[in-house]
Amino acid sequence: MSTPTVAVVTFPGSNDDRDALRAVGQMGGEGIAVWHRDTDLGGADAVLLPGGFAYGDYLRTGAIAAFAPIMDAVRAHAAAGRPVLGVCNGFQILCEAGLLPGALIRNRTLTFVHRRVHVRVETASTPFTAAAEPGDVLEVPIKHGEGQYVADAAALERLEADGQVVFRYCTALGEVTPDANPNGAMRNIAGVRNDAGNVVGLMPHPEHAVDPDVGPVGGQTLFESLLSSLVGAAT
Amino acid sequence: MKRRFEVLVTLKEGLLDPQGKTVEDSLPRMGWTNVSEVRVGKLVELTVEGDSEEAARDTAEEVATRLLANPVIEDVRILSMEEAT
Repeated sequence: MSTPTVAVVTFPGSNDDRDALRAVGQMGGEGIAVWHRDTDLGGADAVLLPGGFAYGDYLRTGAIAAFAPIMDAVRAHAAAGRPVLGVCNGFQILCEAGLLPGALIRNRTLTFVHRRVHVRVETASTPFTAAAEPGDVLEVPIKHGEGQYVADAAALERLEADGQVVFRYCTALGEVTPDANPNGAMRNIAGVRNDAGNVVGLMPHPEHAVDPDVGPVGGQTLFESLLSSLVGAAT
Repeated sequence: MKRRFEVLVTLKEGLLDPQGKTVEDSLPRMGWTNVSEVRVGKLVELTVEGDSEEAARDTAEEVATRLLANPVIEDVRILSMEEAT
């Protein structure tokens, strides 16, 4: 059985790409570095758009990156039902590209927030949460200035009705409260998925939370879920 | 023929505008107690080259709707157009 591969796209301004590649390797997968000007994903099984400030976040976060050359391959990968994960800036890019519903705007407090948070898994119906149970609480760090998730009322209702909310900010005990919401996100939404479930975006950083030597390990669940669903799909 | 456009991007009504709110909150401290509902948007200027005015306007509108604004959170409109050299 071959090792599952995850392409990590580096845009000019990405800064979590190396951590993402390292996390994939630590969790038993093989990371493949891909450049934003590339036009294919190197045959990878999954793709991860990492955090950072792609193209300086000019105009809007993720707005320019959504039209980068590599994004045609990312769109095709998503359309084929294969796993796509956007973390932080990667989440913003997926929203701008229309691969995920909603948008991320300036934090309600206007300040950059960087701290550990807890998120509650709302659905296991994604390749990134398949190894979790709804209600599981993960501890992961956040670090962003534009993480306030917004969508119009109709889109929010659809998200809730179709189980497309994947993560919500919560207390350590899993209670979804206003105080646990670090950026003013509507309904404490920290991550969502597309209709099919194969495309997921979240503001917290699972790639910074896999190594017990340097902090919480809430990110392991996402990589374990992904790698075991890839292995499962291949057998 | 070159034409210069001004494109205005504004945050959708009803969406909280943290920047506008912060500007608004600073006004009473500066002595203005009669100013409210401050919203911060973006003005983008661009020059389009093309034969007809209609084609240039179509291009500007497409740029505006596909890239300059995100329809989920923003409204966009062309404010002005003038012939440029």
